[in-house]
Amino acid sequence: MHSFGYRANALITLGVTVLALMCAMASLSDNLNSPTPSAQVQVLNVNWFQKQRNGNEEVSLTLNISADLQSMFTWNTKQVFVFLAAEYETPKNSLNQVSLWDDIIPSKERAKFLIHTTNKYRFIDQGSNLQGKEFNLTLHWHVMPKTGKMFADKIVMTGYRLPEEYR
Amino acid sequence: MMDWQGQKLAEQLMQILLLAFAAVSFGTGYALGSFQMMMLIYAGGVFLTTLVTVPNWPFFNRHPLKWLDPSVAEKHPKPQQQQAMSLKKKPAKK
Repeated sequence: MHSFGYRANALITLGVTVLALMCAMASLSDNLNSPTPSAQVQVLNVNWFQKQRNGNEEVSLTLNISADLQSMFTWNTKQVFVFLAAEYETPKNSLNQVSLWDDIIPSKERAKFLIHTTNKYRFIDQGSNLQGKEFNLTLHWHVMPKTGKMFADKIVMTGYRLPEEYR
Repeated sequence: MMDWQGQKLAEQLMQILLLAFAAVSFGTGYALGSFQMMMLIYAGGVFLTTLVTVPNWPFFNRHPLKWLDPSVAEKHPKPQQQQAMSLKKKPAKK
């Protein structure tokens, strides 16, 4: 501690190390939070259902997506990334997941919402397996922290079905 | 210029102040649910600690070291420049 530079270096090093420890503790404190999210999706309308020239089928849906993700926010949450995926089984693949919609929720106030929309991303199958297909709509979320570990989870909603015939 | 006691005091003050501000800032931030508050209090604490421990304050030099008087130093002169040069050359050759 015999010179200005020596003390400045010691202070910066200890200061940054202690800051890293504080960030680790902040991230660990997220584990104390037990979130209680809820979600519901209504398929209001199948707008159209066609087979493209390359043999792949495509569906357009109008959806009502409502969710309450407020309990997921902690003091260490920067934003929550949420997306809705259609999940179904085909003879070729045991699980197909197609992302239909996503959004970034920047604050707790905006985490309780009802969104009326057509699918943001196209619902296209690899092939023609969708006629009369039963599928799940799963709402996935990623809780992105200000510092530390990111948590991801989902709610699976079952019981949706596509029409038998093209429209 | 700091004496030995002053250096020890500076080191202890630095550690205690930083840890104390870390504890206060984390506690306040967690209680208020504000990450920003934690960072602001901690940044303020780092700044304050810098002001207290880094500059050469007089209270760090209350037990100054007794350097030799010039009269005593004259009795033990430094080696001549030429001798000093030759001594330096030997290690370099190895």
